[in-house]
Amino acid sequence: MGKDKTKSGPLAQRPDNSAFKQQRLPAWSPMLTANTVLPFFYFMTLICLLLGVWLLLTVQSTQELKLDYTDAGDCKVCYETRLNASNAAQACSCTKEFQLKKTFKGDVFFYYGLRNFHQNLRRYMDSRDDAQMVGRKKSLKTPSSYCQPFANDPDGRPIAPCGAVANSIFNDSFTLTYHGSSGSTIPVPLLRKGITWYTDKNIKYRNPTTENLTLAQVFNGTTKPPFWQKPVYDLDLLDPNNNGFINDDLIVWMREAAFPNFKKLYGVLNRMNKPFTNGLPAGNYTVKISYNFPAQYFRGRKEVVLSTLTWFGGQNYFLPIAYLVTSGLTLLLAIMLTVVWWKFGKNGKNMEE
Amino acid sequence: MTWRSPLALMRDALRGQRAREKDLRNLVSNLPYEGLEKAKQPNRYFPSNAIKTTKYTLLLFIPMNLFEQFHRLANIYFVGLAILNFIPVVNAFQPEVALIPICVILSLTALKDAWEDFRRYQSDRKLNNTPCLIYSRKEKQFVERRWKDVRVGDFVKVVCNEIVPADLLLLDTSDLKGVCLIETANLDGETNLKQRTVVSGLSNPEFEPESFNSVVVCERPNNNLNHFKCYVEKPDKERAGAGIESLLLRGCTVRNTDHAVGFVVYAGHETKSMLNNNESRYKRSKLERKLNIDVIFCVILLFAMCLVGALGHFLWLQALPGVPPYLVADSSGHLDGPSLSGFYMFFTMIILLQILIPISLYVSIELVKIGQIFFITNDIDLFDEETDSRMQCKSLNITEDLGQIEYIFSDKTGTLTENKMVFRRCSVMGTEYPHKENAIRLAVLDEPESEEEVIFNQRPQSLQTGWSLDAEDTAPRDTTQRRGSRRRSKVAGIAQSDVAFSSPLETEVIPDKKLLQQISRAESSSGSRKTDPYLDFFLALAICNTVVVSMATAQRRRVSVSPRSYHTTNLLERLSSLVKNVGSSCLSSCKRKPKRNRTFSENSVVEEDHFRPSVKMETTKDTYGLQTCSLHAASQSNKPAATSGDLRYEAESPDEAALVYAAKAYGFILLARTPDSVTVRLPSGEDLVFEVLDTLTFDSNRKRMSVLVRHPITKEYVLFTKGADYAIMELLGTPYAEHFSGSKKNIAADTQHHLDCYAKEGLRTLCVTKKVVSAKVYESWLVDRQRALAAIDNREELIMDTAVQMETNLTLLGATGIEDRLQENVPDTIMALREAGIQVWVLTGDKPETAVNIGYACRLLEEEDLVINMSCNNKLTCTSILDCTLEEVRRYSADPRNVDTTPDISLVIDGRTLAMALSPDLQERFVDLAKRCRSVLCCRVTPLQKSRVVKVVRERLKVMTLAIGDGANDVNMIQAADIGIGISGQEGMQAVMASDFAISRFRHLKKLLLVHGHWCYTRLANMIIYFFYKNVAYVNLLFWYQFFCGFSGTAMIDYWLMIFFNLFFTSAPPIMFGIMDKDVSAEVLLGVPELYRTGQGAGEYKCSTFWVSILDAFYQSLVCFFIPYLAYQDSDIDLFTFGTPLNTISLFTILLHLSIEIKAWTVVHWVIMLGSVALYFIVTLAYSAICVTCNPPSNPYWILQSQMADPMFYLICLISTVVALLPRYTFHVMRNSIAPSPLVQARHLDQLDPSEREQWIKEWRSFRGGGQVKRSRLSTPPSPSLETHADIFPESPTASDIIGDDFTLNVISENYQGPVHT
Repeated sequence: MGKDKTKSGPLAQRPDNSAFKQQRLPAWSPMLTANTVLPFFYFMTLICLLLGVWLLLTVQSTQELKLDYTDAGDCKVCYETRLNASNAAQACSCTKEFQLKKTFKGDVFFYYGLRNFHQNLRRYMDSRDDAQMVGRKKSLKTPSSYCQPFANDPDGRPIAPCGAVANSIFNDSFTLTYHGSSGSTIPVPLLRKGITWYTDKNIKYRNPTTENLTLAQVFNGTTKPPFWQKPVYDLDLLDPNNNGFINDDLIVWMREAAFPNFKKLYGVLNRMNKPFTNGLPAGNYTVKISYNFPAQYFRGRKEVVLSTLTWFGGQNYFLPIAYLVTSGLTLLLAIMLTVVWWKFGKNGKNMEE
Repeated sequence: MTWRSPLALMRDALRGQRAREKDLRNLVSNLPYEGLEKAKQPNRYFPSNAIKTTKYTLLLFIPMNLFEQFHRLANIYFVGLAILNFIPVVNAFQPEVALIPICVILSLTALKDAWEDFRRYQSDRKLNNTPCLIYSRKEKQFVERRWKDVRVGDFVKVVCNEIVPADLLLLDTSDLKGVCLIETANLDGETNLKQRTVVSGLSNPEFEPESFNSVVVCERPNNNLNHFKCYVEKPDKERAGAGIESLLLRGCTVRNTDHAVGFVVYAGHETKSMLNNNESRYKRSKLERKLNIDVIFCVILLFAMCLVGALGHFLWLQALPGVPPYLVADSSGHLDGPSLSGFYMFFTMIILLQILIPISLYVSIELVKIGQIFFITNDIDLFDEETDSRMQCKSLNITEDLGQIEYIFSDKTGTLTENKMVFRRCSVMGTEYPHKENAIRLAVLDEPESEEEVIFNQRPQSLQTGWSLDAEDTAPRDTTQRRGSRRRSKVAGIAQSDVAFSSPLETEVIPDKKLLQQISRAESSSGSRKTDPYLDFFLALAICNTVVVSMATAQRRRVSVSPRSYHTTNLLERLSSLVKNVGSSCLSSCKRKPKRNRTFSENSVVEEDHFRPSVKMETTKDTYGLQTCSLHAASQSNKPAATSGDLRYEAESPDEAALVYAAKAYGFILLARTPDSVTVRLPSGEDLVFEVLDTLTFDSNRKRMSVLVRHPITKEYVLFTKGADYAIMELLGTPYAEHFSGSKKNIAADTQHHLDCYAKEGLRTLCVTKKVVSAKVYESWLVDRQRALAAIDNREELIMDTAVQMETNLTLLGATGIEDRLQENVPDTIMALREAGIQVWVLTGDKPETAVNIGYACRLLEEEDLVINMSCNNKLTCTSILDCTLEEVRRYSADPRNVDTTPDISLVIDGRTLAMALSPDLQERFVDLAKRCRSVLCCRVTPLQKSRVVKVVRERLKVMTLAIGDGANDVNMIQAADIGIGISGQEGMQAVMASDFAISRFRHLKKLLLVHGHWCYTRLANMIIYFFYKNVAYVNLLFWYQFFCGFSGTAMIDYWLMIFFNLFFTSAPPIMFGIMDKDVSAEVLLGVPELYRTGQGAGEYKCSTFWVSILDAFYQSLVCFFIPYLAYQDSDIDLFTFGTPLNTISLFTILLHLSIEIKAWTVVHWVIMLGSVALYFIVTLAYSAICVTCNPPSNPYWILQSQMADPMFYLICLISTVVALLPRYTFHVMRNSIAPSPLVQARHLDQLDPSEREQWIKEWRSFRGGGQVKRSRLSTPPSPSLETHADIFPESPTASDIIGDDFTLNVISENYQGPVHT
């Protein structure tokens, strides 16, 4: 309102006769009655039906395979070994065989899955230092207090990367082998890089600026998280550029899962060479697991997931079904409303008694 | 200042405290002590005149403001949560972030407070530095000082048009008679001049401040503006009493008096005006009370949810087989046990789910109410052109109560009626003079009341016929110009309130021929003694009042004269009107008999005067000579006409003014009034100066007032008394027989008969009496009187006793009937209110006959109504009558024939009976009876009874009440009701000051209640429900997530975004909804008042509505959470990527939910709704693009961007929103289609085009049976389809016939027994 223009004269107090002040602004007042909304209901039915059918068809073309290897086969031994925390350093590996009945066409994604692992506990999630991971030197030496109790080791040296999230990184590793029809064994090539979000790899996670120093020198004075076997700058022995905070596996792990049952991307099938140019051919496979991650403390299950994706995500029948059900529901309501319209307001005015 | 020991200082402070607390204060002049140090000053204990209304000081602002703010429970809740968040074991968010909401709210409020305080400081400083004149002994004269320098005991001189700086005891004025006129507009809004007189008994002809050596003894300061007790004790121990009539109040303006000198009795904060300056009242509306209950439900809900969380966390921890890597210990490596963690989790959950308690709701409600008030005050329909006043909202927080009113208690005079009194008839010595010509004139005037132009057309036309001979071409121009000027000047005049109750049309009285003859006969017969009853009657009318006469030339001198341009432009108009004026008077003098013409022309002069600023008087005077050609005393014609034409009467009550004008019409012209004398001109042209010995002022107990004068010719002491008939008739003594020769009729009985007739006509009646007091009686009475006046204790009672003592053995002269016309549209308004299901009670001080008559006139009572008249003298009969009536009424309503029609029973009850009926044992029965009556009329009730009636009905029936009145006698009632409405009318502003809303006409009540009340209520109720829904729906998302994160208090939405969500993204739409939504248009609401009933009782805000919306919120949150959950189940989704679609979905759901509720979409709606969505995306995108590590440990970096690139996001948003809103949408559609509520039907009407709608409203009304209102249920409107027209029209009369025929109930009607025993 502010300062009114000082009007003078006999009707100085007279309010403005404007549409706004007199609450006479032109208005659209939709009436929610059967006859007005019926088209909308039928329209919604149709839309949901079409979307549902389309999604269903899309989902049906995807394939997914889940392998629970927690204590299956010879992994039982490793499982038993990991029961005892004192055997943490002891290496253990096992294999798991499986058969693909149909070819997985297109890009095949290799996930590791965890069940019952609560990456979403508040205290756990908070236990990280993004400032450290983005490569701030100061944070490298003095991790945030959120990282407690994984900020410093008992000697007071800062832990890099600090915090419980990084500390509890999933450290099983997998190698997949294809047993061709001819009995030959071909290792399935997996792309282990480029599995993170672009922004994560390039902006959110950075190594401290090196200035002609090696990564090891940069991380000098810090220590590895207590559960880790290798320091952060030695995570990928093959590719020095995949070390430090920008290690893909680390980045993937640091993106905390929303639910206790989750999967995380491990690798993508490299379709450069035969026989994987079209995807994973049907046949027998073996996955060799270097079994490090203990799951028994949380009654967890570990699994390997192979999956192809659609344009809207992995194999999930929920959305198409939800659309179809909604379509049915709106149709039902639409029919009901039609009856109502027929009975109560057929002539367009439903105020007759 | 010399050093004094702390002990002495303390002693002094204590003594000061005691001096201030004492019941009586002794004040002496400061002058002898001038220049001495403070400790020696006699009046040092009393506060100085400097005022400080600021709450804070610069240094202490922050602590004091915080202290102030923490009185609010909501703020404490916020702070508690913030503190809780700082405890590491229970915190849910980063501690710093949790401080944001409380800081924002506190700092905003502090800013507002600081600004207000600064404004107060500025105005204080301005006021404190206003110059004023204080007497200085050193300089032997009044010197200019500042207001803040004024101290108790000073002598202050106030010159004309200056504002009085402190409460002054008036000691001297420039006026020879010691009179000072003041205007109290600043205090109570009354613009008539009030007369204050110098303290009597100090009569030194030359007042010298230095020689003032008396002690002024006055009472402790109080806030009563109309009472002051004080006496001045002279050195010789002689006391002179003084009351409010000698006190100049701070804030008043001195008018028409060159200067006045007063002694400061109260200064600064002790002045009466400052003591009255209390904070605006805080009323809690009904809706808010209900809302608080629901907030408590929310608290319970919150605790239940927190308990679930705590328990869940405990069980989850217990079920863990070992210590998993995700269970993080504290810094010392220690893990709390499950039960302790669960306990902590309870508090964490409170922090997490805190917005379940809608704290922001309170802020929003305040904003909404400000918006609603903005619209109400800006409504042009509630603007009164005549007084140039808008509707005022004094209470800011009860707008929605306007939509829930069930009972209206209305005053009659000034509320239903104009309170512009018009003299209609009189009865003198038992003979009735009907004033037929006057009645005809008024009837003519009455007609074009609404259309002003018609009035002005009539006169010029008659003028033209007489004028056309010599000025043919000028006449038409005159007409138009005059019309314009008249109207403008009328508006201007009233706007400046220069005219006190003397609108020209009303004051004009055409004398009754017979009575004029009678007077002239009396005049000639009585000779020089002038004691004929007829003469006495008119003398009494002229004398017995408190009307102040002021000359038009000496009109209120204002500092700011009207702008110059006004004069010049109006010159032409003025001239033309003058010309016309002369013309009309000449014309009338040619046509009519001389006698009547005289008054006519004279009056027309008077009316012109009121309009014209005083500057113009020079020119106008010349013309008066022309006009007064027909005065019968030719020798005196010029002089008196000039003076009498200039007279302006300023009365405190309009009745008095009407009577004075009536007397004037008969030639008894009140020329001047001073405290000691009254000058009256007789028709013969003789001026009589009556010495006024005393004035026994009006009070509501006595219901009469008297003036004791000394007749200048007979030298008799004569007491003229006028008052209500029942207050007078009991006091009658000897009839006026000795003077009245010839007939022996019983004057009292005849007059009573006439009075009853008047009352039946709806006139206000007054009896006029005379009493000749012998000198001996007077002397002895005078002693008592003076003792009473000087008394400090029980002064009022003593003064009243002396008044009663004097007012005995009166001789009846006659009676007057004054018409108080109904305000425009009153019947229509009352009908509409009744159709709206509101019971209207009228509480009046008038006689039952008058009241019943007005009741019929304003359609409060209908011809076919059953009117129960209750009047009895003792409690026993009262009880039995009450029982009988109640039985009868019950039987009637139980009658199966009357199932559908509620009996139209009206109750008329008088004050005495009411007092009995309201006694505790009968109260219940009375209220039960009243509940069954459609309208109740209470007559002759006192102000206290009015408020008691309101209180009883309000408390017993538990209904919403509204009281409306215009006078001081309605203040109690206005304050007692849930909503008090004051009419800024003729009787000052006291009612307005006490009210919550102030309107200027009764008819405004219709739109105020039916439209604004309805809107405000539905808007606010819907907004509040929506707010609860919104918070629950949003918070529940977090709650559901707890089931997946081990009840650890994780939020999947970034905390900043959560704050923004409530603060920015979803706050504006509901506020706009609360301010601007319009369910039904004003036209339909006014056309179909029944729609108002939707708000009565519980209205739309029912307990069930609340729970339904909470359930809906639960459902919607379930959908909004579980659809994305199921869609993302077992995927590699991360926490914030999961939270973002949730946030988006709830935004859409919450806003679309509101869209379903919004009834009318204007541009503003679209802008705000779309703006909110846009804001959400812009802010969230910007935030997630910029914030890489800004808010550790949560990190929403690039999440919305990546989500928006994913088709899944849109698929989920679409399906979730649709499924979430489907039930509500379908429910609305179904309800609107199958069983549309009246409001929905009304909205259908809205969709039709205006002319068709008019038709339908008419039909709807006629369908209902011609105004017959069934209280039990809303009538079903006909279908507004065109083909049914024919069916419905013939039906309508029969419907009303049937209902009308049902009246076979035997009428119980107590024969009214008037209290007058004749």
